[in-house]
Amino acid sequence: MRIDVKKTYKLFINGQFPRSESGRVYEVKDSKGKFLANPAQGSRKDLRECVVAARGAFSGWSGATAFNRGQILYRVAEIMEGRSEQFVAELVAQEGISASAAKLQVAKAIDTWVWYAGWTDKISSISGATNPVAGPYYNFTIPEALGVVAVFADGKPSLLNMVAGLAPVIASGNTAILIASEKYPLSAITLAEALATSDLPAGVVNILTGKAGELVSWVGAHMDIDGVDASGLGKKQLTELKVAGAENLKRIHSFNEINSPLRITSFMESKTVWHPIGV
Amino acid sequence: MNERQVSKFEYAPAPESTSIVNIKSEYGLFINGKFIAPKAGKRFVTINPATEEVLSKVAYADLADVNLAVNAARSAFTKTWSKMPPAERGKYLFRIARILQERAREFAVLETLDNGKPIRESRDTDIPLAAAHFFYHAGWADKLSHAGMGANPKPIGVVGQIIPWNFPLLMLAWKIAPALATGNTVVLKPAETTPLTALLFAEVCQQAGLPAGVVNIITGDGVTGSHLVNHPGIDKIAFTGSTGVGKAIARAIADTNKSATLELGGKAANIVFEDAAIDEAVEGIVNGIFFNQGHVCCAGSRLLVQENVQDEVIEKLKRRMSLIRIGNPLDKNTDLGAINSAAQLARIREISDSGDLEGAERWSPECELPKAGFWYPPTIFTGVSQSHRIARDEIFGPVLSVLTFRTPQEAIEKANNTPYGLSAGVWSDKGSRILWTAQRLRAGVIWTNTFNKFDATSPFGGYKESGWGREGGRHGLAGYLKAGN
Amino acid sequence: MIVDGSEGSLKQFLRTLPPVDQVGAEGRAAMLATRSIKTTSKNWAIDLAIRMVDLTTLEGADTPGKVRALCAKAVRPDPSDPTVPSVGAICVYNDMVKIARTELDNNGGQNIPVAAVSTAFPSGRASMEVKIRDTKDALENGAAEIDMVIDRGAFLSGRLGEVFDEIKAIKEVCGERAHLKVILETGELVTLDNVRKASYLAMLAGADFIKTSTGKVAPAATAPVVLVMLEAVRDYYKETGIRIGVKPAGGIRTTKDAMKQLVLVNETAGPEWLTPSLFRIGASALLNDLLMQRMKMRDGYYASPNYVTLD
Repeated sequence: MRIDVKKTYKLFINGQFPRSESGRVYEVKDSKGKFLANPAQGSRKDLRECVVAARGAFSGWSGATAFNRGQILYRVAEIMEGRSEQFVAELVAQEGISASAAKLQVAKAIDTWVWYAGWTDKISSISGATNPVAGPYYNFTIPEALGVVAVFADGKPSLLNMVAGLAPVIASGNTAILIASEKYPLSAITLAEALATSDLPAGVVNILTGKAGELVSWVGAHMDIDGVDASGLGKKQLTELKVAGAENLKRIHSFNEINSPLRITSFMESKTVWHPIGV
Repeated sequence: MNERQVSKFEYAPAPESTSIVNIKSEYGLFINGKFIAPKAGKRFVTINPATEEVLSKVAYADLADVNLAVNAARSAFTKTWSKMPPAERGKYLFRIARILQERAREFAVLETLDNGKPIRESRDTDIPLAAAHFFYHAGWADKLSHAGMGANPKPIGVVGQIIPWNFPLLMLAWKIAPALATGNTVVLKPAETTPLTALLFAEVCQQAGLPAGVVNIITGDGVTGSHLVNHPGIDKIAFTGSTGVGKAIARAIADTNKSATLELGGKAANIVFEDAAIDEAVEGIVNGIFFNQGHVCCAGSRLLVQENVQDEVIEKLKRRMSLIRIGNPLDKNTDLGAINSAAQLARIREISDSGDLEGAERWSPECELPKAGFWYPPTIFTGVSQSHRIARDEIFGPVLSVLTFRTPQEAIEKANNTPYGLSAGVWSDKGSRILWTAQRLRAGVIWTNTFNKFDATSPFGGYKESGWGREGGRHGLAGYLKAGN
Repeated sequence: MIVDGSEGSLKQFLRTLPPVDQVGAEGRAAMLATRSIKTTSKNWAIDLAIRMVDLTTLEGADTPGKVRALCAKAVRPDPSDPTVPSVGAICVYNDMVKIARTELDNNGGQNIPVAAVSTAFPSGRASMEVKIRDTKDALENGAAEIDMVIDRGAFLSGRLGEVFDEIKAIKEVCGERAHLKVILETGELVTLDNVRKASYLAMLAGADFIKTSTGKVAPAATAPVVLVMLEAVRDYYKETGIRIGVKPAGGIRTTKDAMKQLVLVNETAGPEWLTPSLFRIGASALLNDLLMQRMKMRDGYYASPNYVTLD
């Protein structure tokens, strides 16, 4: 009988896998109450490091061509496909669903990632415009990436929610901090492994596991986070986030649909430029 | 070494190896997912225009073969492709894009052998753009409701596609990618002189597991093409080629329900204002007419230079032209390759000679042309006026006609004074002047302070007799969709 | 030429220069970077590049020992192969010039000039008196070439006359004794339009060479910058009949980089500039890479750093 080598679940910050600087971990049990793992419990300093990494990666990632971003996102899907079995096993264990339900979720998650990969070079065709102003001016509106966006993805189906939160945010050039589901965190770290091996520049995505409650207040208060996907938060936490986030007018949104270009455009800014037309 | 002695920096031959390609001695037709022999067993050769050596024998598709191909496309449309969830369709296209990237070098070498264009261009331009075109369109397959064509647009059905010899694989990508992404199936006929990369593409379709019949590739000539155009099983024609043939197609389908997109000829004006960044404008002029040996529908074949900077521009242009390296297309340092065929060379000569006869002044740098193959030196004619044949007829070769203008208004008038309207170039350092000029030019693609730039996201197509419809970008999807319910 | 040295006429003239389109210039430089230099042309180009190297050490920690070692290497880059040519020059700080000159003369390097950086290199922030004294020191100690820096602060704030006057003054100090290279510090000028303007300003003021950088600021000798400078000397020659040299410095570390530079020269200014008297490359690590590539061309297999000397 072979003893398997169990995975250690650490944080994903700036392309590396550190433990929490606080040294804390928390226990995750499977759906039957059996011990699964001790993932790191992210601290406020860990979050700070995530923001520094995400901010540092922003100019490179938003400055890359849309084609390049699309290629990299598609590559992530290629790597995820190769890790399907691991994702399935983790979902079965954590969520207590059947293997076939887990397979379906993993397939949908990968396909959702591909869906968003295909948006990078199309979003400005549908959300940009040339505006027929009443004067001799060329006037165009161009959507631009917002900056650093935090994503709270919680609840079942945990992998799918995570992907639906993360992919649209980075497709447009934002950099992200994913706060994994407190109850089902393991898929987030396996996702991090896929991200780390697919040409995604360090810092574009950073992933924290830990206790949602404390993380919500720290995210809300951090003045260098520009936007939040709060789809995974309950009403009380959402209110808390909005009150704290008002300080730097964070763009805070929640979504119901998995596939929607609104998940991309909500985390973009529109810039309108005027230029005279004259000889 | 003596200080003042000029040391010539000769670039030694730097040939790209051909060992990466494996050209078969003969090819069949790619119908319903397999290569099959043509019904009548007829074949024709394809040669390397730089050496006139025979590369291979390809099949000649006659009416029976066209029939088979169209039926295969129809069957695949009805039974498989139109029923497939759009996301899955998209994934096939992603696979094709990735395989093209993997086999990029092989495709580049093959394209250069069959077409005659420099390896640098097939390697750095043609093949990457083709792969990117598939990648871009793969992402549209499951997003068509966002394309501005209605809530639930539908494919047209079976599309007949006829492409030219100047950018064989790229033109194939421009046709097949949007057609498949939008749910159509295709029968594509590559040009007579450049079938090989299309046939290699058929292998890529097999490697990608594309369902049989979704893409069919039939080689042949103009007669094959007309069988395709006239076939009742074809719902739409997509054609890139000469304006003459485009008009013939329009007439041929007039009493049918078939739609068509046509990408035809051009005689683009490349306008250089006095305040242009002169060195970069000269690069743009050279790129505009000598890229791909001038075998470009959107080539900047008429230089319209503001009279007060004419001397400086022409002098720099001639100096720059003398740096153009013409020769073995497989050499990585070659800038100008072979003319694609004896027929095309004859056409170039005939129209250019009219320039001499009509009184324009010809100039070419000294260059040594290889003995075998089809070659034409980079050439400019100065003292050209609008009424000269070389200012009106598309030469489709490395020949530039130089005209002048005094005022911006005159530049506009001369630029627009043509039945064509595919493209134009504008060179100026003043933003408002650029926009003013772009606003007034009647052309579908306007390059400002650049030229010959292509991107999958950027719609391409012409005004007036340069054609119908656009390819690429969101706008390019329209030709392959009809409003659904 | 057109200018009388006054601020007004200088500004007037520089305004008439055609603009540079950054994207177009970068495109041209990128296309030239695809040139493939192989076999016989590579052999020829490597030896030419070696002869063009201004072998440089400009560190606060420089010592006589370090400079002596550099000089020995300059004369005989590869002790195991006498067919390797000597470099173009040695480039050191002012107070190392005498040591360098002596060492070169004792090693059979009489034909290798010593270039000294001067005028409060690298920042250029000092009084004119100090800059002139700096230059005179170097000349008195045996420097045959002076690499001066322009006052970028003055340039960027529009005091072009000051920049012009400084160059003119240093050129006067050099006289016939030394050729003057004027470092534009293109990384601080940022735009290609500024590079073009600064190139012309330097040439009009008497530069024998225009040089890209001090090597202390990145970006340094990027291809588009060198392209614009080569266009400037090409056009200046057309108008005046005088050929000015170009020296890229900083960031040229590999043989591939050097080949790209030579192609830029060949297809921009022209083959007349393919000589150490009109083109130099300021470098240190480059020489060993050139030597290793030379070995590979000679022997047919890749060399290892063990087979080239540290300087």
